[in-house]
Amino acid sequence: MAMNPPHSESPVLSVKDLCTVFSTRDGDIHAVNSVSFDLYAGEILGVVGESGSGKSVTMMSLLGLVPSPPANINGASVQFEGQDLLRATDRQLRQVRGGRIGFIFQDPMTSLNPVFTVGFQLSESLKRHLGMTRKEARSRSIELLELVGIPDAGRRISDFPHQFSGGMRQRVMIAMSLACDPSVLIADEPTTALDVTIQAQILELIRDLRHKLGMAIIWITHDLGVVAGIATRVLVMYAGQIVEHGRAEKLFANPSHPYTKALISTVPAVRGHRAKRLNSIEGQAPTLYAPPGFCPFSSRCANVFDRCRQEVPGRMQVSSGHDAACFLLEEQGHVATS
Amino acid sequence: MSPQADSEQRKLLVEVHNLKVYFPIHSGVFKRKTGDVKAVDNVSLDIGYGETLGLVGESGCGKTTAGRAILRLTHITDGTVKFRGQDVSSASLAEVREMRPSMQMIFQDPQESLNPRMTVASIIAEPLREHMDLNRAQIFDRVHELMDAVGLNRDFSNRYPHEFSGGQRQRIGIARALALNPELIVCDEPIAALDVSIQAQVVNLLDDLKESRNLSYLFISHDLGMIRHIADRVAVMYLGQIVELASRDDLYERPQHPYTEALLSAVPEADPVVERSRQRIILTGDVPSPANPPVGCNFCNRCPKSFKRCFTEEPALKQVASDRFVACHLHDTQV
Repeated sequence: MAMNPPHSESPVLSVKDLCTVFSTRDGDIHAVNSVSFDLYAGEILGVVGESGSGKSVTMMSLLGLVPSPPANINGASVQFEGQDLLRATDRQLRQVRGGRIGFIFQDPMTSLNPVFTVGFQLSESLKRHLGMTRKEARSRSIELLELVGIPDAGRRISDFPHQFSGGMRQRVMIAMSLACDPSVLIADEPTTALDVTIQAQILELIRDLRHKLGMAIIWITHDLGVVAGIATRVLVMYAGQIVEHGRAEKLFANPSHPYTKALISTVPAVRGHRAKRLNSIEGQAPTLYAPPGFCPFSSRCANVFDRCRQEVPGRMQVSSGHDAACFLLEEQGHVATS
Repeated sequence: MSPQADSEQRKLLVEVHNLKVYFPIHSGVFKRKTGDVKAVDNVSLDIGYGETLGLVGESGCGKTTAGRAILRLTHITDGTVKFRGQDVSSASLAEVREMRPSMQMIFQDPQESLNPRMTVASIIAEPLREHMDLNRAQIFDRVHELMDAVGLNRDFSNRYPHEFSGGQRQRIGIARALALNPELIVCDEPIAALDVSIQAQVVNLLDDLKESRNLSYLFISHDLGMIRHIADRVAVMYLGQIVELASRDDLYERPQHPYTEALLSAVPEADPVVERSRQRIILTGDVPSPANPPVGCNFCNRCPKSFKRCFTEEPALKQVASDRFVACHLHDTQV
């Protein structure tokens, strides 16, 4: 299958042991705790988690988008196209951002500048990164708007952001992130602010673009349905850690971390079986004032035992290309991932 | 025929008939009235005792305005709203004030609907002070009782809203709505601002309270999965009008209006195998402005099944089966 990432190939982006700590008046907050993952060309990696689980901060940290201070970013390395992004200078990072790595934010209204036309904002990165002239940039901008399905692109290019609807604005954002033909696209909750019928349009567009352009996409969301529909591989984050990772079909068919299981079962379905009562996860996610010395989910987990409160579980292999960080798996005889 | 057809069998708590809420548009140098935003246009629905009516629709379709109009929290342009047989729409403000204890509201964002300078106890006690003649000790007891009912720790009664998490803050809002033993609670997107794992906690609480206190809910949401879980009957709104109203299972299993079909089809399912093969209906275009709706059916310009009549004539909400109403020319001849 074309969706199957050939793991023999080397990854486009490789993150090793990324940690982000925010210094606040109340003490240090350990928002991201040794997160490691690889991203391969042509795949869509879904990153799921609730608010505060560190999914956005992870992606923003590796692009140097979190202001430091208050943030303190540590880690072994973030390898991208032969460069270690953690050790890159601001100048090098500026070349990467919006160039080889595109970024789409949640709310298109606040990430577009209201006083410039859409065409101006699109051309900006083309001129900056690719050194195009104004004329070239303009015609390329029109092409991009057509690519993302904006009707009458030649005329709409001189419109301001407020003249577009929410869905159309998100299409403009997508066009902008694609401007320099990136090899990695990071989309941070790109459909959360949109209505379901518009969300369906955007998801369809992304599926289509991925096949056309063949880039790797990181899709951050809290919506399990969206991930199921779009991702080839999934990372589940909780309290700044990756608690489960796997190919989408495997992870949804056999969720192996108690948190993933609970998360999948709390969402009421629109089709099929209707539960009389929703499963809920009692309690709430912990605030991480210290690097966790125990399983972060232990306070809410139904299957908790003593060891969970004393050590941090490592990632255990469930099957090939599927792992979860839970001591239960170790009890059942699964081995740690290399 | 109106949705009140089954009123013989069901005892109705709320009856809404041809409700209209228009907001005037003023433009030009003299700010003359040049048109209306038809936020709610000819909505008829009813809610029985102990029943939950789900009101779904996309943003801007008028579902919140409809909910507020039923409680007389916004002006009503035309139409009638009856609560326990009493007319709310034409009642004087003093009369409405008399009715308010039995009809309450839970708001979307608990952060913004709770006064940050009031303690939890004083927030929950406020309706008691306003509407009931209780002494301090009685109020104190009642507040504690309410905090128990919604699962808040009594020891926190002197804390301020910012000291609570989103889910707990929503519980404070629920306790406040319950304070006067209402019969109807309008829940306006009560879980939209919460995380998924917390949403289930709050919805289960609302379920329990409904059982134990025999409440009726008007549950406004854009979350079709949650509506399916909580509602007995569901009304789908599009551009200020109800396009379909039916019992929950009928609506989800056999949607009849093309918009309902598209809406349900747009909700992704948490199963990659299903998602890969599922046929989706992708609507083109955006929702038109309620200030300038299309001629004919409101949905005609996005509808995959539209035909000539849809562009000229507005379909009325018609009964097609018992407790099943659809506003679509396709279902005009069916009974």
